[in-house]
Amino acid sequence: MSLSPEVTAKIDHWISKYPPERKQSAVMGALAAVQDDNGGWLTPELIDEVAKYLEMPAISVQEVATFYGMYEHKPVGKYKIGICTNISCLLCGSDDVVSHLEKKLDIKMGETSEDQRFTLKEVECLGACGGAPMFQINRDYYENLTLDKIDTILDELD
Amino acid sequence: MASIEIDGKIFEAENGQMLIEVADAAGIPIPRFCYHEKLSVSANCRMCLVEVENAPKPLPACATPIMDGMKVHTRSDLAREAQNSVMEFLLINHPLDCPICDQGGECELQDVAIGYGQDASRFAEIKRAVPSKDIGPLIATDMTRCIHCTRCVRFGVEIGGVKEMGAPGRGEHTKITTFLDAGISSELSGNMIDVCPVGALTSKPFRFSARAWELTQRDGIAAHDSLGANIHYHVRGQQVMRVSPKSNEDLNEVWLSDRDRFSYQGLSAEDRLLKPQIKVDGQWQETDWQTALQAAADNLQQIQSTEGASSLAALASGNSTSEEGYLLQKTLRHLGSDNIDHRLNQIDVSDQASAPLYAGFGQSPEAMENINSALIIGSNLRKEQALINHRLRKAVLKDRGLISEECIGDVWAVNPLDYELNLPLKGKLISTPDQTLSDLAGILKALQESGASIDAQTADIIASVDVNETQKAIAESLQAAENSSLFVGQLAASHPQFSQIRSLATQIAKASNSVLNYVGFSANHAGLSLAGVLPLGQAVDTAGLDANNILNSADIKGLVLLNLEPEQDAWNSAAVVDKLKQSFVISISPYASDAAKDYADVLLPSAAFAETSGSYVNALGQQQSFSAAVKAPADARPAWKILRVLANLLGLNIDYDNSAQITAELVDIAKQAGDIDNLQAASLNNLEMLKSGIQRIGERGLYHVDSVVRRARALQATEDARLCEAIHLSPAQAQDLQVFAGQSLKVKQDGNEITMQVMINAQVPQGAALVYAGTAAHSQLGGCYGVLELSA
Repeated sequence: MSLSPEVTAKIDHWISKYPPERKQSAVMGALAAVQDDNGGWLTPELIDEVAKYLEMPAISVQEVATFYGMYEHKPVGKYKIGICTNISCLLCGSDDVVSHLEKKLDIKMGETSEDQRFTLKEVECLGACGGAPMFQINRDYYENLTLDKIDTILDELD
Repeated sequence: MASIEIDGKIFEAENGQMLIEVADAAGIPIPRFCYHEKLSVSANCRMCLVEVENAPKPLPACATPIMDGMKVHTRSDLAREAQNSVMEFLLINHPLDCPICDQGGECELQDVAIGYGQDASRFAEIKRAVPSKDIGPLIATDMTRCIHCTRCVRFGVEIGGVKEMGAPGRGEHTKITTFLDAGISSELSGNMIDVCPVGALTSKPFRFSARAWELTQRDGIAAHDSLGANIHYHVRGQQVMRVSPKSNEDLNEVWLSDRDRFSYQGLSAEDRLLKPQIKVDGQWQETDWQTALQAAADNLQQIQSTEGASSLAALASGNSTSEEGYLLQKTLRHLGSDNIDHRLNQIDVSDQASAPLYAGFGQSPEAMENINSALIIGSNLRKEQALINHRLRKAVLKDRGLISEECIGDVWAVNPLDYELNLPLKGKLISTPDQTLSDLAGILKALQESGASIDAQTADIIASVDVNETQKAIAESLQAAENSSLFVGQLAASHPQFSQIRSLATQIAKASNSVLNYVGFSANHAGLSLAGVLPLGQAVDTAGLDANNILNSADIKGLVLLNLEPEQDAWNSAAVVDKLKQSFVISISPYASDAAKDYADVLLPSAAFAETSGSYVNALGQQQSFSAAVKAPADARPAWKILRVLANLLGLNIDYDNSAQITAELVDIAKQAGDIDNLQAASLNNLEMLKSGIQRIGERGLYHVDSVVRRARALQATEDARLCEAIHLSPAQAQDLQVFAGQSLKVKQDGNEITMQVMINAQVPQGAALVYAGTAAHSQLGGCYGVLELSA
């Protein structure tokens, strides 16, 4: 397996932001690009490809890919809902958000719906405490959630 | 300079030193797990927290630089509470399996827990468990025991030079592992066992075989390369249970190569020779020492009187002790023959009269750390002399081995293979062995063109050589650098034009004011050369035959082999076995190989490297004496004792009570020899081309260098050993021949044909093939260099 030209172009974009001898600084951007291209998750083969492309040890790429929560190592649904359960959101009712979503989608946290549309994931603080409780669907933030608002948001997804 | 106060005492310290270094130097104990004096500071275990006055909270001593006037308390209430708390935290997930853990009794965690831990755990929840991985035949893993100090990870990055271990995951989910649980390939991997402060990484060959407190520690000298690393044998009864490094900053620092660490397994090989044997009418008969030695002496004397003294010869392995070599040559010269050698790996010794007495280092390993420009000639430096490679790596990478890989020095290579080094190469000339001379001649020519003077004969021969850009750049770099060095290795030494390579390398060194280092020679090459195990010497008028000629000459009728298996050790092993069968062969060896049983006439069981006293002289000319760590098994005896009796039976009349008396004589001889000038070489003679065709590159396998290593089971199971069984072809060459990886290929050399598996290896240049020496294939094929015929 090798990386597609579209993906390597994106990685090159990240590489160009750093000094030439500091290619490995682009590792996070590169992993994100590869993950997007692969339907939202990473395989060991892809991690190895990124390592080769950035000329760094594969284990170092794996360290990065497993340290950060936004990299997935199993297939995820079309919509990955990352629910913040840290202190601000917790105080503002993230427990209700979680139980509502679990009930509505009939899956538990960390699981993917059978139709491969939704994945529920607990995430750490996303820096939007002012709009707590909040969640993130793929790249977009949704803040000041209420149960009605959640239903509307999900209904509007295709 | 700064002055700081630790526990009420004032200490002077250098600015920038870490607190823990000052405390260690003063002998003030501070507990630690992640800190290691040879590795970068990661400060992640927090065990070394101490109280610093005016700091708001305890600080890690390993990562706190000292400041003038700093007041530190290592045992105040605050410090002790911090240390006890960290200890409790680290023990939360650590299993209580010390009784079945190999580290038990020599465990840093156990030791520190005695001082700082509690007698009972307050943790009632379930401990985490981590599956163990199979990371190869040398290191056993029990990852549940891991405390994530990351010493093994940092060792890989900073010392091993390849990052194989890593710490994927985060927080409680962190696991120390390799990528996809791959095996560890580093030639220094055994050191991870030493740096691991708990029982997570332990020695696989040693596993469950002894407890630390049953072992006695004895000193020794490593027997497999010319550095002469200092080692500890850990002995139980009369068995070497394991080997670990003995710290010696001048040589091996605190490290040891895997070859030196695990070779002890060869001591307990199945084919150990336990009793003297003589061949009677083609049948082997066990006998007593007197009968066997008398038979050996009688036969040698008979050959001497019927065929003449020049039909006698002796060969010693390059890791025989100086004392053994000295007695061997004394005996042979007493009989009137100068046919004695130990340089089995060389074929071109035509310059031996003008070359330095032995091939050693021109500078200390410590001085190598200051090299700004280095040229490697014919050497797989990383594998053949791992700890010298480590010094060079330190020299060229900024921050002395810290994670920054920024280069501060240039390393160049003239090699037949594009080796995967763990240091960045500035440039390289990779070409088939028939190009080695012209590659080097170009560098010398470039030096000449920039003003260096070279002798007329050499100038004449290289006059027609064209200089390419790389050669010019190498010449400029060597010349401009303040400290430049050449490393001439094993592939150069076994090259059929070694004397010309030596001449060129020496002149390049002189013209660029560089130091010349010979690397990859056998452990006691220097000592044996000094002891006279060479066909020429001060008292010799005409040189006797060298190793290769001894093995191939039809005139040799009687031969004494010392610790040697020519069927694998010789430059051209395939040619020698039939030849040996024609001669009367006395094999003084720890082993009785099938081949030896075939060609030998008398087998005398000798002690192997840990079982004999004696001395080695390393490549720096340092004599290092050692005593036997264990007794040789059964009837095997130290070879110097065997040779003493043999010499007396032959009428030499020598009387040594112990090997130290021989050592004393050798010290005088070494003194007379004086300092060895590495920059001695004859003028260049020719730039003749080798025979054209697919060139064999006969690198000696890392774990095939001598009879002991070849029998070390764990080393033989490594990837490095496994690679040696195949024939390595470049991708283009394989395509030409229409063969694929794993397919078998007919390989023909010198009229011998064998079948080998193909391995595609991009390091091999087009027009060449790598077939390792010292291997089973080598014994059936031909010389280390030569032309191969390949057919699918």
